[in-house]
Amino acid sequence: MHLVLEVDDPDSTMTAEARSDMIDRVDRIIRTRIDQFGVEEPLIQKVGGDRLIVELAGIDDEDRAKGIIQESAFLEFNKVLPTAEFDQALSRIDRSIVATLGVDSRPALGRDVVDESDARENLLFGTDSSAVQNDAAADSAEAADEPVDAIEDALRPFSSLLFTGDVEGTYFVAAEDRPIAEQFLAMEEVQRAFPRDQKLRWGADLLAQGARNYYRLYVLEEDAFLTGEELEDATAQRDPQFNQSQVQFELSRAGGRRFARFSGANVGNYLAIVLDNEVMSAPVIRDRIGARGQIEMGQGTPLEEARDLALVLRAGALPVRINIVEERTVGPSLGQDSIDQGTIAGMVGIGMVVVIMITYYGAAGFLAVGALGVYVLLVLGGLAGLNATLTVPGIAGLILSIGMAVDANVLIFERIREELDHGRATRTAVEEGFEHALSAIVDANITTLITALILFQFGTGPVRGFAVTLSIGIVASFFSALFVTRSFFLAYLSGKKASDPISI
Amino acid sequence: MRLFKDASYKFIEKRRTAYVVSAIVIATGIAAMGYNIVSLGSWQNYGVDFLGGSLVQVRFDQPTSDAELREALGGATAPPITQFGGEGTGEFVIRAPLDESVSITQVADNVETQIRANLTDRTFEVVRRELVGAKVGGELQQKALLAVLFSFLLTLIYLAFRFELRFGLAAVIATAHDILITLGFLAIFRVEIALPTVAAILTILGYSLNDTIVVFDRIRENMRMKGARKRDPVDLVNQSINETLPRTVLTSGTTLAVLCALLVLGGAVIRDFTIVLMLGVVIGTYSSIFVASPALIEIQKRWGMGQSASEKKKARPQPATV
Repeated sequence: MHLVLEVDDPDSTMTAEARSDMIDRVDRIIRTRIDQFGVEEPLIQKVGGDRLIVELAGIDDEDRAKGIIQESAFLEFNKVLPTAEFDQALSRIDRSIVATLGVDSRPALGRDVVDESDARENLLFGTDSSAVQNDAAADSAEAADEPVDAIEDALRPFSSLLFTGDVEGTYFVAAEDRPIAEQFLAMEEVQRAFPRDQKLRWGADLLAQGARNYYRLYVLEEDAFLTGEELEDATAQRDPQFNQSQVQFELSRAGGRRFARFSGANVGNYLAIVLDNEVMSAPVIRDRIGARGQIEMGQGTPLEEARDLALVLRAGALPVRINIVEERTVGPSLGQDSIDQGTIAGMVGIGMVVVIMITYYGAAGFLAVGALGVYVLLVLGGLAGLNATLTVPGIAGLILSIGMAVDANVLIFERIREELDHGRATRTAVEEGFEHALSAIVDANITTLITALILFQFGTGPVRGFAVTLSIGIVASFFSALFVTRSFFLAYLSGKKASDPISI
Repeated sequence: MRLFKDASYKFIEKRRTAYVVSAIVIATGIAAMGYNIVSLGSWQNYGVDFLGGSLVQVRFDQPTSDAELREALGGATAPPITQFGGEGTGEFVIRAPLDESVSITQVADNVETQIRANLTDRTFEVVRRELVGAKVGGELQQKALLAVLFSFLLTLIYLAFRFELRFGLAAVIATAHDILITLGFLAIFRVEIALPTVAAILTILGYSLNDTIVVFDRIRENMRMKGARKRDPVDLVNQSINETLPRTVLTSGTTLAVLCALLVLGGAVIRDFTIVLMLGVVIGTYSSIFVASPALIEIQKRWGMGQSASEKKKARPQPATV
């Protein structure tokens, strides 16, 4: 799995320096997380000043690994405030929406107002839903008793989405209304109409009430009295009684003191545990709490998820949100297929080279094949040493370098043949052949190496793989042609007299 | 066994025919690029790597047709779907374009959820995901271009230093010729341009350069021989090409043999890639003989470059250097 991560900064508000600094911090935290996750030899590398490449090999569950990398894991503890405190702000918020978007605010955001008020009617009076829906289809805006509601809703675009919640400090919002509510809340004008020291946060769980689903919207104190930074340890557990996964955490001493002070002063109030801006749970404070607490994961959540959360909490929160800007995953089966096919094709290819070389050059061909064998060992050793994984471009690099390794031998042998044609003695011809072929081999290899190095500089991911295998291949082919073939040749000649014929 | 021993073909004399052939091939390629701009909106069929977007490859465990999959992904609004590795494999590649409002990972996840929700009686495996953000795609395009230009420049400098400037120029002309033909071929057949394609183009660049340098090395050597100065440059270049011909044929043949093995046995993932490489080997061999060497002669004729200072001092009448 190959991931490229970037700091989430859509409006480019951060300076390049700040982004670079952020990525350094993200780098450290992700490293810790991956270590704890238990991936062997991960490659984590900062590139271009503000990006992070994460390469993980041999992962079974890639989604899980991605979750662990990407999860911000920003934990906050906030006091839940009674909705009464927020209600006064609601009319201000409604007015600001109407002032900005007009009375047709919801259609303006792509929602049909009429349809919606129908649905609400449905819920409040328990009418048969299919009948009302049919009405709606037949343009129910003309129905006598509905325009009033529609107008009222149009004047209260936001507050008409809210229902009284089940716990103190919460509203209910129908699941299908959540997107539009989020859009309202994201508006700058709405943010300005917010009461000071208060904020709204969504609950993580979807609640079924009757036929519809709702999300809780919590009213929270703006500033968290405690954050995940004060966390010392976190472990996942299963609560057998409720069949619930939970993460138990332990706070540092300072954090524990602050927690105890807060809980002591707020007995009877609710406390929200907020993870990445979502309220995980909001238990009532029954007593002064010390340095321990727990995060409920909701019913039916697998224990694994709780484990992952505990892991990221231990490793620490990411200082910013990060985006995956590039992802390349090859499933284990395709990877294995490609490797199998590539291996077979490669072996057949090398077999053909062997046949051609031996047919064409006789005994000298054997020497070249021996040198190619050394070349293959060198390349495999080099690849293993650099911990490189073979990709399609990587195979391309190898083919080019095998071609060059063969080419070097061919250049030398052709040259030896020419020298023999000129009537030189065997040993002299071999010496001259190596000598004269040298300049062509050097120049060809160096120009290709230049290309490979440029590619390494400019390329990312797969192209870099190409550059790496090509560079390794060139160095290996250079060495094998000039030194290995030569040594083999000298060994071959050692039993012969200077004028004995050779098989080439 | 020995092929092309003592060959003495008159390659350079045939150069005008070669120019016409090259010009026709290149013109066809450029016409195809123009046609692509009009009909596709882009001169090449850029893939996810360069445009950005999400590629998801799935393999169904049960027989599944592409029509069913298209239906599951929204019918008319479905992203482009192509069968992978031939009919009946149950393997498909889905290419979802960039969507500004959602992240690339979200797009890919949506594709998977949609298949799961609408084809409930099937099970499938996601065998490949390639997701590239818009910015990254643009940067990759730019970097690939820069890489090719830089390697041209450095090769030119190296060859000018090791040989003479005109050798460098001729080599760059030959390499540019090969890349143009390859790009034309890609445009004609609308081969998807992905990162492996760029690697293939660069391999061709390396291979063609290698071939050219071997011929040039021999020309350089023959130029240093006794009496070379008095020889006809065309004759000298011809001799050099003929002397290296056995090597050229053997090396190209061997490389093509390896590529054939890869084409037949290497599997669907690298098929396109192998075809581009085979084409490149043929063009690279052709160009080192019919483009690079004639270019050397033309440069010499037109600008008379490559005379060393000492030669100029001697001011011989019409020095027949190459």
